[in-house]
Amino acid sequence: MKIHEYQAKEIFAKYGVPVPRGFLAHTPEEAESAAVRLGSPVLVVKAQIHAGGRGKGGGVKVVKSPGEAREAASQMLGMMLKTHQTGPGGQKVRKVYVEEGLPIARELYLAATLDRATSRITFIASSEGGVEIEETAAKHPEKILRQSVDPAVGFLDFQGRALAFGLGLPSEVANKFVGFCRALYRAYVETDASLAEVNPLVLLKDGGIVALDAKMNFDDNALYRQKEIVGYRDIDEEDPIEAKAKEFDLSYIALDGNIGCMVNGAGLAMATMDTIKLVGGSPANFLDVGGGASQEKVTAAFKLILADKKVRAILVNIFGGIMKCDVIAAGVVAAAKDVRLKVPLIVRLEGTNVDLGKEILRTSGLPIIAADNLRQAAEKAVAAASGRL
Amino acid sequence: MSILVDSSTRVLIQGITGATGSFHALQMMEYGTQLVAGVTPGKGGGLFADRVPLFNTVAEAVKATGANASAVYVPPPFAADAIMEAADAGVSLIVAITEGIAVLDMVRAKRFLQDKPGVRLVGPNCPGVITPGARCKIGIMPGHIHRPGRVGVVSRSGTLTYEAVFQLTQLGLGQSTAVGIGGDPVNGTDFVDCLQMFNRDPETDGVIMIGEIGGSAEEAAADYIAREFTKPIAGFVAGVSAPPGKRMGHAGAIIAGGKGTAAEKIRALEKAGVLIAASPTELGTTLQEALRRGPRKS
Repeated sequence: MKIHEYQAKEIFAKYGVPVPRGFLAHTPEEAESAAVRLGSPVLVVKAQIHAGGRGKGGGVKVVKSPGEAREAASQMLGMMLKTHQTGPGGQKVRKVYVEEGLPIARELYLAATLDRATSRITFIASSEGGVEIEETAAKHPEKILRQSVDPAVGFLDFQGRALAFGLGLPSEVANKFVGFCRALYRAYVETDASLAEVNPLVLLKDGGIVALDAKMNFDDNALYRQKEIVGYRDIDEEDPIEAKAKEFDLSYIALDGNIGCMVNGAGLAMATMDTIKLVGGSPANFLDVGGGASQEKVTAAFKLILADKKVRAILVNIFGGIMKCDVIAAGVVAAAKDVRLKVPLIVRLEGTNVDLGKEILRTSGLPIIAADNLRQAAEKAVAAASGRL
Repeated sequence: MSILVDSSTRVLIQGITGATGSFHALQMMEYGTQLVAGVTPGKGGGLFADRVPLFNTVAEAVKATGANASAVYVPPPFAADAIMEAADAGVSLIVAITEGIAVLDMVRAKRFLQDKPGVRLVGPNCPGVITPGARCKIGIMPGHIHRPGRVGVVSRSGTLTYEAVFQLTQLGLGQSTAVGIGGDPVNGTDFVDCLQMFNRDPETDGVIMIGEIGGSAEEAAADYIAREFTKPIAGFVAGVSAPPGKRMGHAGAIIAGGKGTAAEKIRALEKAGVLIAASPTELGTTLQEALRRGPRKS
């Protein structure tokens, strides 16, 4: 799960990670009064969307007065902000965060995330602040410092010192940096984060250190025990169909193509999309109906797929294991009738009782196109979507 | 012979009285698995299906029955604890089926397992392990699509494992052992562990490995294959068409920061000499082709 920068800063502050003072604003007027309350000669207005790279897209402005803050906010609010992390259409800006500007001496990078290779949380630091870490990793891999945290003891002071001195911080700042890291680690662990990124972390001219930006992502599997984090969810930032899918316990991701897919199992669902691409088509979605593939779930899945008006054909690919093919076929037929399916439906069934399942599809009275394997199913779906079948 | 499980494997199930656990306990027994105990705290002293003794703790179950493998069906909030309990009781193979365990729970569990060198964890979020020749099935895979044979299967994805297994069965090749290592970012056994075991197993002639986007486990496997693996091997990597930044079902299947793409993984595996199937439909025939070409090194 993702949250906004201002929310991540709220969490940071709670755990003692220093952040600039700031206020959230939903209107230009609120932005102006936030600026007045801050009373700072330099202010920063930042668009709040769930995507990085906001600065380059015009989503971050430095201003010198409450009036200018109001002006910047009125330009940002309602705009479709495009960054490399949003879709091509951009993401609508619904709120801005107004912060005090600070006298910056140096910009650094610091993040905590899971290192899958070691199964441990790893701190990553770099002297290249404000630059994306992937870019630094590609151009200056020697500038990236790492410290792997033993979960039995947590983040240790010497690890913080190793990072601080590696970044070339003066020794009077090193201790502050150690405290910063420890607080960040606590925030990460206690909120079940999957990423806590500070880019940039700034060294101020007076020797202080502050998280100028903040990004936190969370482990979806742990949300059941993170009520406060769940409260940060912003439905406006989510794809409406993906959000709807979650209600039915379906895993759905919208894509650009015109062939709707319904598959059991995440790996097989990806492989189905891949095979559609391989034979010259384009999938409209990723959709994993899970192991069960009951009639209710299949009906819900059809409705989700058909909510996407680009869909010209639907490919159902089910490997019936414990759940037998005849049961799945009956479910698909009933669901197709229930939603009064108009687009061509291509079904590939394999596994237990496959012959019975195919018989049910054949005698259903529905114009279902059967396929014997995934490649053939994909070819038929591509032909059907382009009106050639 | 085979890997991980054989006819001497004595299985206990943690979470045997839950809906999923009890269903699959019956399926496992029907397949022929030696199910010797069940563990559900508070239900010790009873019987499951009129014959499998129930215990309150794994330690008691192990002491009374000599169980040496555990299948974990415990719900996500308690599953990491169940894994550690089994490890503490000295169960040498723990197969965690549970999907949806919090990552930090698994980080702690894996740290705990570091101090238990004789214990191997498979999963979590996996279909399990099966050796058809020994009629030993630990997990949720449909038993009847398997048949005894000499091809090893190792996969991060459940249903894609079934695809591979089914094709091998239809081609008359069968499986020595099929292992689902699971789709989570923190798991126990990885590709390299399985490939090492298959490499040593005299009853495995070739291997199908199935990867997916996210992480670098396939790249690590490619390094190992290039260095040491001698047997014919075919592969597939799901997610060539997956967009970056989106979690594709499995918690671990996500292209993050431009890393973990299918294209990179396929390139690494091909360079290591793995024959890559263009689509899952060709998994079986691609392995056949790899077998026809013979051993990679002598």
